[in-house]
Amino acid sequence: MLLNIKNLHVSIGGKEILKGFNLGVNEGEIHAIMGPNGTGKSTWAAAVTGREGYEITEGEIWYKGQNIVGMPPEERANLGIFLSFQYPVEIPGVSMQNFMRTAVNAKREYQGLPPMSMIDFTKMMKQKQAMVEITEKLQNRYVNVGFSGGEKKKNEIFQMAMLEPELSILDETDSGLDIDALRIVANGVNQLHNEHNAFVVITHYQRLLDYIVPDFVHVMYDGRIVKSGDKKLALELEEKGYEWVKELKL
Amino acid sequence: MESNPKENIIEEVTNKDYEFGFVTDIETDFIPKGLNEDIIRLISKKKEEPEWLLDFRLKAFRHWQTLKMPTWAHLTIPPIDYQDIIYYAAPKQRKAKSLDEVDPELLATFDKLGISLDEQKKLSGVAVDAVMDSTSVKTTFQETLSKHGIIFMSFSEAVKQHPDLVKKYLGKVVPYTDNFFAALNSAVFSDGSFCYVPKGVRCPIELSTYFRINAANTGQFERTLIVADEGAYVSYMEGCTAPQRDENQLHAAIVEIISEKDAEVKYSTVQNWYPGDKDGKGGIYNFVTKRGICRGDNAKISWTQVETGSAITWKYPSCILKGDNTVAEFYSVAVTNNWQQADTGTKMIHIGKNSRSTIISKGISAGHSQNGYRGLVKVVPEATNCRNFSQCDSLLLGDQCGAHTWPYVECGNDSSILEHEATTSKISEDQLFYCNQRGIPTEKAIGLIVNGYAKDVLNKLPMEFAVEAQKLLSITLEGSVG
Ligand SMILES: Nc1ncnc2c1ncn2[C@@H]1O[C@H](COP(=O)(O)OP(=O)(O)OP(=O)(O)O)[C@@H](O)[C@H]1O
Ligand SMILES: [Mg+2]
Repeated sequence: MLLNIKNLHVSIGGKEILKGFNLGVNEGEIHAIMGPNGTGKSTWAAAVTGREGYEITEGEIWYKGQNIVGMPPEERANLGIFLSFQYPVEIPGVSMQNFMRTAVNAKREYQGLPPMSMIDFTKMMKQKQAMVEITEKLQNRYVNVGFSGGEKKKNEIFQMAMLEPELSILDETDSGLDIDALRIVANGVNQLHNEHNAFVVITHYQRLLDYIVPDFVHVMYDGRIVKSGDKKLALELEEKGYEWVKELKL
Repeated sequence: MESNPKENIIEEVTNKDYEFGFVTDIETDFIPKGLNEDIIRLISKKKEEPEWLLDFRLKAFRHWQTLKMPTWAHLTIPPIDYQDIIYYAAPKQRKAKSLDEVDPELLATFDKLGISLDEQKKLSGVAVDAVMDSTSVKTTFQETLSKHGIIFMSFSEAVKQHPDLVKKYLGKVVPYTDNFFAALNSAVFSDGSFCYVPKGVRCPIELSTYFRINAANTGQFERTLIVADEGAYVSYMEGCTAPQRDENQLHAAIVEIISEKDAEVKYSTVQNWYPGDKDGKGGIYNFVTKRGICRGDNAKISWTQVETGSAITWKYPSCILKGDNTVAEFYSVAVTNNWQQADTGTKMIHIGKNSRSTIISKGISAGHSQNGYRGLVKVVPEATNCRNFSQCDSLLLGDQCGAHTWPYVECGNDSSILEHEATTSKISEDQLFYCNQRGIPTEKAIGLIVNGYAKDVLNKLPMEFAVEAQKLLSITLEGSVG
């Protein structure tokens, strides 16, 4: 199993947000996590990627055969965990090219490889940009500075393509996308998807799942998964809302 | 995709320590320590100077004796015993005409500092004047320059070969009466660089001086004088390092720039004197007076500085915009870490009509350091239609450090427009985590973010320096978070 989360409890500032979260993800699978606002989806993503301030009070996160609780975030990233941020961060003065080159070479260094040559890197940038239909000009711009909402999300998928992670968590990457951008993002994911990697897609809309077809759909409520099923579960949620889920919990 | 080489520099920075802290073992000629008229006569004699220069020194010294060290800066400076300093130290070898004559030990030192004195080995066209302690070791590309009538040589050499030019310009922008350290420097200055670009000549290569303090217990007091005659252009860069020592060492230099009608001088410096250790022990006191004058109409001067070193930095590269339609710029990045202190900034004095000045100052403070910007923009009543734009940003890393800004404005007329913007920010935890999540460790992330923050200034540096400066920023801030 690529990722196995057992009984995860996470507190922020002493307040418990995740309350016994369990999830197993195998290579080659696509999972969707849905659930009402404030239920802990982003908190879960932060805990898996090792963000400071998300205190794990109980439970284990097994990834590629090791419990990564306590591992610094950059090491998790270099081991192939990627998060497409719900709110991508702006870094003024740092070009996308410089940022990506630093990231790609950090991973290579971690793997004991020499830095990538400028020529190879440029080639790779070009190719991955094309994949998410980003114009070249975007790449010489500063990280997320002045990007539109949709451009920011495409940029996240571009970075994912560059870093070739084994586990990608997409936190509401579809929110705020127009229909073309949604198709581009989904295409990117589908092109990258293979039997060796896995995706966990956090979304509020069943619409995305028409493009990225999940093997499993999980419903999260109040800090844990309360129901799991296949793609049909997403349709059911769309139809019935979350009220019945809340009752499930009791 | 166009790749910008400046972008691709922040590679692994593995060396946490000050990289240039080594000492060269070389025979050095010292004079006795202390400061009096005999010492000044001795320095002048060692340098085989003409009478008028000795006179200049003595006048300066007599004036200095009437002065007290100023205390207005936001700096804590331990008392300095001026009688406990050696004012002249020079590698024993004489100035070399050709490379074969240079002591291999000296060559190796500059090689280690990344300064090649071998013209054949230089890829880029940069003429270098290498100064170790009190004397110039070698100036490269002399022939190329003299073809264009450009004079670029050590100050002592210039005094011998072009006494009239030196006499004409020396002390005209920074008179010895200017301040305590200017008077001290004028009395005891040892060497430095002299540059003169004649009328209408565009200097085809970058000129640079590299200052190296090597000897212990000595002060370094160099003088740089740059003159661009009518319609001339020159870009000049200055770099500096010093060995790692527990005692503090004093560096009190003077830089004077004269830009005549339609001329332009670009002055860039990356200041990397030894900053002291983690606990604030040792390091250079850098008390420097730098000033330029846009003397004729349409003249231009720009100062670009990246300040990473020194235990204490106290300097304000300034411009007097005397001619009409003159332009002056000041771009500065000042980084302080550990226990470093900096009180730096600029003065823009508008005397000519329609003169324009720009000030971009980026302060970065970490550790227990104190980092201050002090600036004066002054427009005299006759200087109508002047413009100034000032932007002073401070970036704080951690909560033990201090950032301060003291902008002073004196505007003597209604037709001039002065704008001032200031921001204070911190590196956000969101930015760091975003970088971490992409596999970039925190230290490297800080380097990246800080370089991005300083981008507007770094972009003004000549390429050779930009590379160096970016690396330096990253190194200086290592260990500042976490
Ligand atoms: N840094 C924080 N400090 C305090 N509370 C926080 C913090 N981050 C999240 N929370 C709280 O934790 C809960 C879960 O938030 P989280 O962002 O994980 O929800 P979510 O499921 O991703 O919601 P949405 O669908 O709106 O994105 C919320 O009540 C939120 O207010
Ligand atoms: Mg969320």
